Amino acid sequence: MEAGGQAAKSAPRQLLSGDEAVALAALDAGVALGTGYPGTPSTEILESFDALGGRAQWAPNEKVALEVGLGAAFAGARVLVTMKHVGVNVAADPLFTAAYTGVSGALVLISADDPGMASSQNEQDNRRYAVAAGLPMLEPSDSQDAYDFLVAAMALSERVKLPVMMRMTTRVCHSKTLVERRGGLPPAKAPTYERDIPARVMVPGYARPAHRKLRTRLAEVQKEHERSPLNLWKKGDPKLGIVTHGITWEHVQEAAPGASAFRVGTSWPLPVERLRQFAASVERCLVVEEGDPVLVEQLRAAGIPVEGKPEMYRFGELSVERVKRIVAGDTSPEPPPLKATPPRLCDACPYHPVYDTLRRLDCIVAGDIGCYTLGVMEPYRAMDTCVAMGASMGVGLGLRHVLPEAQARRVVSIIGDSTFVHSGINGMVEMVYNPPSTGHVVIVLDNGTTAMTGQQEHPGTGRTLDHDATGKFSIEGFARACGLQAVDVVDPVADPGGFEALLKQRLAGGQLSLIVARRPCILAAADIRKFEKVNAEKAAAGCRTCGASDEVAISSGLTVLDGRKGKA
Amino acid sequence: MSRVVNVVVAGLGGQGAIKASDILADAACRAGHDVKKAEIHGMSQRGGSVTSDVRFGEKVLSPMVPRGEADFLVVLDPDQVEVNRPVLRDGGLVFGPDFVDEKTLTNRKSLNVALLGALSHHLDIPEASWLEAVRAALPERLHDVNEKAFRVGRATAARAAKP
Ligand SMILES: Cc1ncc(C[n+]2csc(CCOP(=O)(O)OP(=O)(O)O)c2C)c(N)n1
Ligand code: SF4
Repeated sequence: MEAGGQAAKSAPRQLLSGDEAVALAALDAGVALGTGYPGTPSTEILESFDALGGRAQWAPNEKVALEVGLGAAFAGARVLVTMKHVGVNVAADPLFTAAYTGVSGALVLISADDPGMASSQNEQDNRRYAVAAGLPMLEPSDSQDAYDFLVAAMALSERVKLPVMMRMTTRVCHSKTLVERRGGLPPAKAPTYERDIPARVMVPGYARPAHRKLRTRLAEVQKEHERSPLNLWKKGDPKLGIVTHGITWEHVQEAAPGASAFRVGTSWPLPVERLRQFAASVERCLVVEEGDPVLVEQLRAAGIPVEGKPEMYRFGELSVERVKRIVAGDTSPEPPPLKATPPRLCDACPYHPVYDTLRRLDCIVAGDIGCYTLGVMEPYRAMDTCVAMGASMGVGLGLRHVLPEAQARRVVSIIGDSTFVHSGINGMVEMVYNPPSTGHVVIVLDNGTTAMTGQQEHPGTGRTLDHDATGKFSIEGFARACGLQAVDVVDPVADPGGFEALLKQRLAGGQLSLIVARRPCILAAADIRKFEKVNAEKAAAGCRTCGASDEVAISSGLTVLDGRKGKA
Repeated sequence: MSRVVNVVVAGLGGQGAIKASDILADAACRAGHDVKKAEIHGMSQRGGSVTSDVRFGEKVLSPMVPRGEADFLVVLDPDQVEVNRPVLRDGGLVFGPDFVDEKTLTNRKSLNVALLGALSHHLDIPEASWLEAVRAALPERLHDVNEKAFRVGRATAARAAKP
């Protein structure tokens, strides 16, 4: 076996998750800024980076995170941007053109994919993004790789001046394996601005040559990948050769210990010539990849005859058992998964009275993503759609536009506080711009945290990733500034009857209305109180960074439009 | 030890299954084994089922225990025992929540550590590594309660193993 991947026995090793290993590598690689938006299984990367002393911050959404990262990388810094797979969809617009602009420092984007959908709404395979955007992509198989590959990705990005994607999957992010901390990178140059208009301003006249330059750079990266130690060639039985990637490499070694195997670590551009040699060295060359047939398609397009997996293995995660079946060509029905108890709303969750009311009023509920999606479960079954973060807003409006009036009047959009800030805002702008004739009712479930992903802060909490006080975005202030006709804030637990009466009134009113149902998540409440206390003490002690900043931020959003001051 | 030892820890969100598997993996690591641990978590705060796989030995490949290959199944919730039994190999051992007498625990929350104590009787990991791992995983005020729970579980397993 070639070098790379395995930790030396004697060195001190730590048992780390892939996410923690990435954070440690970011520290050792001199990353100046980590930014992202929470999303399982990527969330712990920035939390760990912060805990290790790195500078980490949550952005309101993935697009903003990438743009902030890009600016820092234009200035010469090394930057880490993290998100789950569907977050890359949100960030895709700047991502594709960032391939043209390139970076002056280094930028690595972590895409944490979720084959099998342990905690996601789809299982899209983001290896496709590397090809579509034209960005190099690396894929680690365990935590040691996650550490080594992040350092390698940072170095590659700095060398070729392109953003680099690193694709992880749930099993690599969340599994813990032993990690040896190796030397990172020499310190980066201090950021300084160097003007380079043709490289940074993507008007067509500059973008056309930039695209050509991108393809030239990628051809260089492809040559590098042909020699890269991140690809592993395990010489074994010449009768069977398996091409694989990511976590599947571990399953393959266990399921077919004697076989020859090639682990693709540089997923794009592919080391096509080495793979051609590998395929030629074995009688049967089988590609075992998790998710879409991305490797198979590229190898076949390069004229390398390889066998793919049967279609039934496109769905869900692979495992040792499934790899054995693929090797054996077994397409018989698989044993059903073990029965799992589905998650449900905590007993004391503040959402219970809201869903109870929605069910009793027989609302048509355009839903969204978060803990509150569990309102779809028994006993409420009170959610009718859930597509993507922020989609409740537009979907609710679309339903209202075309449904017969009696039905249209039952439509409610329901969205969490973090989700509203992430991408519900745009839907609210649409609501005032193209109002349905029956009006509309939006309910923001403000539990003071991003509960779904493990209680992260967001702009609406007024605290940074590490819980320090900062400017606070006001949801109701924003709605008033947009010109909504009715904006109310209620506590659905303290006054469930009042909440129901208000909702009835708003449904009948035909106006554009927002109800903020505000009550902290029961699991986060104690921590929130603690953070508030600590921050108040800091402010009292005259800490300048947190001081009176929330007041200023809240009121500035409001005073402009409706003359009221800081009515939060 | 060349063979890989496979342990599956199961329970419901909030019962400490993941904490238990963290302690086990850390103890195995301190004892000098190669270790891997895999679990699905993310939505587990709300009472959904949680399972965590720990594998250790000279060299571990996949982090996931293949079905039918677990040597030990540790279960924190009575309803999760039968559901998870298919992970066990023939002759594999189950430590369910009733393996230790609840009355012998100072705090019911330390059931996860008590069951690790029971498991420890069957594993090639020195007691000192276990206790270091327990202390490293928990705040100081919980050390005494959990060390005691560990010893209760370990003693129960030793008694049960005697013919
Ligand atoms: C584009 C995208 N980014 C991230 C996620 C992961 N995610 C799902 S819901 C959610 C936020 C939930 O927070 P909130 O809206 O406050 O609802 P809560 O969970 O607190 O009920 C996140 C970050 C996602 N599904 N899609
Ligand atoms: S974690 Fe918080 S928001 Fe989620 S179900 Fe429990 S109480 Fe509700």
